[in-house]
Amino acid sequence: MKRILIIGATSAIAEATARVFAARGDALVLAGRDTQQLSRIAADLKIRGAAQAHTLELDANDFGKHESAIQQATDHLGGLDIALIAQGTLGIQNDCEKDFSLAVKELNSNAISVMSLLTVLANRMQAQNSGQLAVIGSVAGDRGRPSNYVYGTAKAAVATFCEGLRARLYSHNVNVLLIKPGFVDTPMTAAFKKGPLWAKPDLIAKLIVRALDRRAAIIYTPSFWALIMLIIRSIPRPIFVRLKL
Amino acid sequence: MNLHGWGRYPIIDAQVTHVQREASALQLLQDAQSKQQALTLRGLGRSYGDSSLGDHVIDFSLQNRFIGFNQEAGLLECEAGTSLRDILNTFIPKGWFLPVTPGTQFVTVGGAIASDVHGKNHHLDGSFSQYIESFRILTGANEILECSADQHPDLFRATCGGMGLTGLILTARLRLRPVKSSDILCRSIRAENLEQLIALFEEHVASPYSVAWIDCLKSGTQLGRSILMLGKHAEDGLLQVAGDAGLTIPKMFPGELLNNTAISAFNTLYYHRSPKTMAVQRISYRPYFYPLDSLNDWNRMYGRKGFVQYQFMIPKTSGANSMRKMIEAIAASGKGSFLAVLKTFGPGNNNDLSFPGEGWTLALDFRFDDGVLALLDRLDGMVLDVGGRVYLTKDARLKAQCFRRAYPNWEKFEATRARYGAHGRFASAQSLRLGLL
Repeated sequence: MKRILIIGATSAIAEATARVFAARGDALVLAGRDTQQLSRIAADLKIRGAAQAHTLELDANDFGKHESAIQQATDHLGGLDIALIAQGTLGIQNDCEKDFSLAVKELNSNAISVMSLLTVLANRMQAQNSGQLAVIGSVAGDRGRPSNYVYGTAKAAVATFCEGLRARLYSHNVNVLLIKPGFVDTPMTAAFKKGPLWAKPDLIAKLIVRALDRRAAIIYTPSFWALIMLIIRSIPRPIFVRLKL
Repeated sequence: MNLHGWGRYPIIDAQVTHVQREASALQLLQDAQSKQQALTLRGLGRSYGDSSLGDHVIDFSLQNRFIGFNQEAGLLECEAGTSLRDILNTFIPKGWFLPVTPGTQFVTVGGAIASDVHGKNHHLDGSFSQYIESFRILTGANEILECSADQHPDLFRATCGGMGLTGLILTARLRLRPVKSSDILCRSIRAENLEQLIALFEEHVASPYSVAWIDCLKSGTQLGRSILMLGKHAEDGLLQVAGDAGLTIPKMFPGELLNNTAISAFNTLYYHRSPKTMAVQRISYRPYFYPLDSLNDWNRMYGRKGFVQYQFMIPKTSGANSMRKMIEAIAASGKGSFLAVLKTFGPGNNNDLSFPGEGWTLALDFRFDDGVLALLDRLDGMVLDVGGRVYLTKDARLKAQCFRRAYPNWEKFEATRARYGAHGRFASAQSLRLGLL
């Protein structure tokens, strides 16, 4: 049985992942803003087999509360083996271009809040010399594209942060897993036209848990995105700037 | 976005909104009201025709959480988007099974209520809604009502089998069936023709599950050549969840491969493969109940034009000869598919639009082509003339006047919809075609 904290637990990918944990009998703390929804999810996870399912009210953008929230989660579970950071927003790129305060909001919820949480969690796991941190990044962080570079910037920042943190914690037996989903069919992407590249949250969840089991460092989910992003990263800049990707 | 049912016919352009929370369902309904838009409800999209298609579709398949489970009574409360697969995967290890299951696990509880689905045990156990203790439904009057056989019974009877036209089911309480094993003891018996098959059904009426696979290309003395498959839950062994599907039908599968020669050859092979003797086989619940679930996207097999599935019911009172005439007409058309399933129904229930009624039902696929609609219209006439019905969950083309003859309670259904504010608020391409308000 693993003791797991999930932050941003009402997100579709987080909830699907929590179900995989629950079916294995893990103990969970679900953190997020919508306490009513968290309670529904917690009740569901208990029926699915979770040893424990606690809820914890937390606005990830309230950085001052991170320390106490993580303390509370640790108290509930009597320790912490895994933390999954899954909160995020997909703002409208166009709006962010016109109003930088919106871009700041995006960067806060997708990057700064993640770094703050990672910092608190990393210090604790470093001290206990064990644990795993899992963060939902995105393929959008692999290259800045005109269609969503604010979101991409946040995810790129998280990726670089994770890379440094992973190296820092390596000798302390703590792994940092960065998950880079491609297109996932969730409420966050409801407005998009879906095609064959789209995956369901259930599949992403399975891949996340499998990656945690083998203590992977970075995964693309589904894995064919590694190839797609390799190609996108390899497009020479003179051509890339002409593509309206 | 382009949207279709399981038959991939018709395809329409729809705006789809996912619901993940009850509060957002309420909000959506109010927004639709202010814009005077009717909403179409959709779960996993496994109804074959156009019953989950419309301009503004509410997809509630993400509304899929368990709420409570009473281990003594086997009473499960869950959100309406919960899939039957999810229920099986979670509760089989605890010794519980679905009381009634259709031929796929990929349907939601809400959809199963809206279609009042039946299974291979209808002759003994009736249909899905008979195991629904209660549900909570969001009506067109923006009210959430608790609904059961005793509470708002009119709305209960209209909603069960009501094709999602009475309101949005939010949560439901379902009675599960205790089992000691996840295995099914099954036994196949060959029947050389329809008369033999019907006699076998009667002889084995006590078998908890029974269904026959029937070769609809055979005529004359071989008309109705079939294999009857009986089943019951094993009394011992493991409680084990079956693995997931392996094969996926590719997107551009050439439907022309499924021509009559191929189907006929397949049918003959299949018939002779099954043993003449009545040896009992022990198999997992999945191949028994959900043989096609192991073939992802099997609906692509019929090619780009899609297919229509036709399922009708012939009342016992009209005699087996009526079924014989139906099969003769299908065999003569030469259009029948390899998947044709015949089973006996026990008595129907008193829901306004539930499909099953005492008699026999036959379901088969027709690859979509120009002649199919005319053929089905002709079959409709034959079914209605003997007092039968056509299953709305499979339907993409039934005419309004035929619907009214097949479902004489439609006026009662409409009156109940009016009382609960459903008119103009909940609709589908199907309901508009069938002339419902």
